[in-house]
Amino acid sequence: MVKLTIDGQPVEVEDGTTVYNAAKELEIEIPTLCYSDYLEPYAGCRLCTVKIEDGNGGYLATSCSLEATDGMAVVTDDEDVRHARKMVLELLLAKCPTVETLQELGAEYGIDKSRFEPPPKPEPEGEEDEGVIEAKEDRCILCGLCTRICEQRVEAYAISMAERGGDSFVTPPYEQPSPDCIACGACASICPTGSAKVYDRFNREIIHPELTLASNSAVRFATKQAVPNVPTVHHEDCIHFHQMENGDGLDACRICEEACPKECIDLDSEDELVEAEVGAIIVATGFETFDPTPIKEYGYGRLPNVITSLEFELMCRADGMTEGNVYMENGEKPGSIAIIHCVGSRDRNYHTYCSRVCCMYSLKFAHLIKEKSEADVFQFYIDMRSPGKDYEEFYDRLLEEGVIFVRGRGAEVTDIAERPEEDGKLIVQCEDTLVGSFRRIPVDMVVLSVALSPAADADATRRVFSIGCGGEGFFKERHPKLAPVSTTTDGVFISGACQGPKDIPDSVAQGSAAAAQALSLIDRGKVEIEPITASIDEDVCSGCKLCISLCPYTAIEFDEEKEISVVNTVLCKGCGTCAGACPSGAANQRHFKDKQLLSQIEGVLA
Amino acid sequence: MSNNDKAKFAFYWASSCGGCEIAVVDIDAVILDVAALGDIVFWPCATDFKYKDVEGYDDGFIDITFFNGAIRNDHEEHVAKLLRQKSKVMIAFGACSGLGGIPGLGNFYTTEELFQQAFEHSPSTVNPDNVRPQPSYDVPEGTVTIPAILDSVRALDQVVQVEYYIPGCPPQPQWIAAAVTAYAEGKLPPPGAVIAGESTVCDECPREKSDEKSITEIKRIHLVENDPEKCLLEQGIMCCGPATRSGCEAACVVAGQACRGCFGPTDEVVDMGAKLVSSIASIAVPETQEEIDALMAQVDDPAGYFYRFSLPTSMLFRSIHDMTEGQ
Repeated sequence: MVKLTIDGQPVEVEDGTTVYNAAKELEIEIPTLCYSDYLEPYAGCRLCTVKIEDGNGGYLATSCSLEATDGMAVVTDDEDVRHARKMVLELLLAKCPTVETLQELGAEYGIDKSRFEPPPKPEPEGEEDEGVIEAKEDRCILCGLCTRICEQRVEAYAISMAERGGDSFVTPPYEQPSPDCIACGACASICPTGSAKVYDRFNREIIHPELTLASNSAVRFATKQAVPNVPTVHHEDCIHFHQMENGDGLDACRICEEACPKECIDLDSEDELVEAEVGAIIVATGFETFDPTPIKEYGYGRLPNVITSLEFELMCRADGMTEGNVYMENGEKPGSIAIIHCVGSRDRNYHTYCSRVCCMYSLKFAHLIKEKSEADVFQFYIDMRSPGKDYEEFYDRLLEEGVIFVRGRGAEVTDIAERPEEDGKLIVQCEDTLVGSFRRIPVDMVVLSVALSPAADADATRRVFSIGCGGEGFFKERHPKLAPVSTTTDGVFISGACQGPKDIPDSVAQGSAAAAQALSLIDRGKVEIEPITASIDEDVCSGCKLCISLCPYTAIEFDEEKEISVVNTVLCKGCGTCAGACPSGAANQRHFKDKQLLSQIEGVLA
Repeated sequence: MSNNDKAKFAFYWASSCGGCEIAVVDIDAVILDVAALGDIVFWPCATDFKYKDVEGYDDGFIDITFFNGAIRNDHEEHVAKLLRQKSKVMIAFGACSGLGGIPGLGNFYTTEELFQQAFEHSPSTVNPDNVRPQPSYDVPEGTVTIPAILDSVRALDQVVQVEYYIPGCPPQPQWIAAAVTAYAEGKLPPPGAVIAGESTVCDECPREKSDEKSITEIKRIHLVENDPEKCLLEQGIMCCGPATRSGCEAACVVAGQACRGCFGPTDEVVDMGAKLVSSIASIAVPETQEEIDALMAQVDDPAGYFYRFSLPTSMLFRSIHDMTEGQ
């Protein structure tokens, strides 16, 4: 440990601490433009200059690179220091007069006009290069943050300083787009002056840019309402994992680990299987929204301003990236919006069922639009389904709010104008079944009210729990009326949209019911088992193992010693699958053996 | 004809291929034990006893009759009834007499269809006058008679009462020997027993069987090279082993052939073909009707395959689509 005084205040810091960091301990702020906690000190901007007393008038030194020593006396702000910093700022401003940070600092140090001329600009040789990183403009103060982060953290070595002194500039090798650049954006994110930028050299267009405005930091919150509300490291966006996988196993970055004061981040942690012994299981694995891309006639992903209901919902969210405002691709607010119902629902090409929630959320959208703007709202619906409590009243209210309801499935969304008023608009074509004619309605934006689909991995999930599913892939309850949250597997309950499309109130009610069922089972502490089970005749069974994989309750095991299949009567539900499948007739369902059934038939016919 | 105290054995062949006769000879040295144990009093294939000799025996004179072949015509039916009357123990010997066997597949057709095939359509037949065999035919020397064909093929126990069954096409020597030995030692099982294994062929099959059986494709054994270590069914080859009574020591499967089911079903199974279909359907992967149709189209003659040896004794017995026609 070393003891020193800074501006007269004593402080004790660990060996090897810089004066800059020692001052930080005392909450004394020293200005700097080139320092980062996560990079080696560079002492490039010279702004962190401080005075070290030596009894002989003192000397100036850069605090970011100077190691604190015992008995050192540091002055961070006096006439000499300010004078030195002012000189530094004047020189920087001469090079980069437009940089706001410099202007503000300059004002602080009493500079109204730089005494120095900007350095002569080298004449560009040949054509202007279109590099991935453009650091040649006069916004660059040559602080070296970008080159250092690229070298020390990203370990990509894609950019470095070229030339010397006043002619220096940051560039990829040979001023060409660098194959070493991984487009991580670290340089741009750390640049204090906005000089380093990352842009798409292919000038690719993004159809609806506001929808991609979400934070692209690799460490982020899923949504602001996420429970539990903790950020996660997104593997696919993370520099560390990118370099691990694509950079020959480079152990790069790890800035987040250092930055977290609670040491919560461990990039080396791996997925682990947790085994838990439980008395009951509630499966609530939810749904997925239908991807409307296959419905070519709606142009999702092809036409600008055609978005899904979930994307629209994200835009409407007050804490979202557009702060609740609805924007079109060009940044303007739409003057008219069409909402097309039943996208992927009630459509024999996709899902034949009604997704139940779309009518109501579509009405909610209309209400939100009307609340915030003067935009016209068209609802293209087949049937308006508003059977819930107060739902019909909400529909009535929207009729009064001036929402236009067109009864007919939206047939096509096109941008090919047939009339002058359709120019530059999206045109929704449909058959208005109330008017009895075809209509073309030009709008600025189209919202597709997409269906609720079973989760993509629902089939794998249900196999884990040995529960059934209906034709559409939603999990099947044991009985639609009498056992709506139970499944054919005892102790496994289902709730929410994994069982079928439903809205939030229904999901909450069903979840509560499942919880109550699970509790009553746990409270009782025992389960009743099926009396009619399968049995396998030991003498007849040849151990062909045909029944084992067929048992939906995994109730059949193979006895390696006897080389026969054995039924676990606790798990067996007496479904009879094994009895039907057993080729030798060894497996039988008690009370329903072939010979018993035949005798009954004979009895009836006698 | 012998009148000593030695046991009396009879062998008879009805509608059969003769393989069962070979099987009897195939018991090697045990045949000498049989000879030592008793006298053979009727064996058309090997001895010169006549039907009238049998008719002359007292009822129950014969201790055991080994009867092979199915009942296809009225003569066979007559002899079966005659031998039943003269025998203490009747053994249905081989798959044809026990289950109906290969001749039993004739039940998928009417007699008229069979005659048309045999006397008109078969590629080797030249019969421009469409001559058909007649049960009786007058010639200058008198009337010539041949047995009349019956409407349906029946197993022996569908004509007369049967005590025991020795299954197989043909029966295996060890089970013939077992039956003879059991008789000699007075240890015959209760009537109705099948003298063979209790389980199925898989029990004796040395091939490796896994837990995961699923059929996505049905292959014919002569068109693929099968892995000799692995369960044939798991390789997509229709093997009747899982549904077929054990006792043959998986002879066909060991030799690289799929089991054809000649030992018939186990005691627990009423209808072997239905049981096989039910099993195969249980492990078939396809779910849509089109996929199922495509899979089943890969089985040539499914009815013949699954009921190869057991049609007359199955619940189907015979096809009835046009039984009244041509009768």
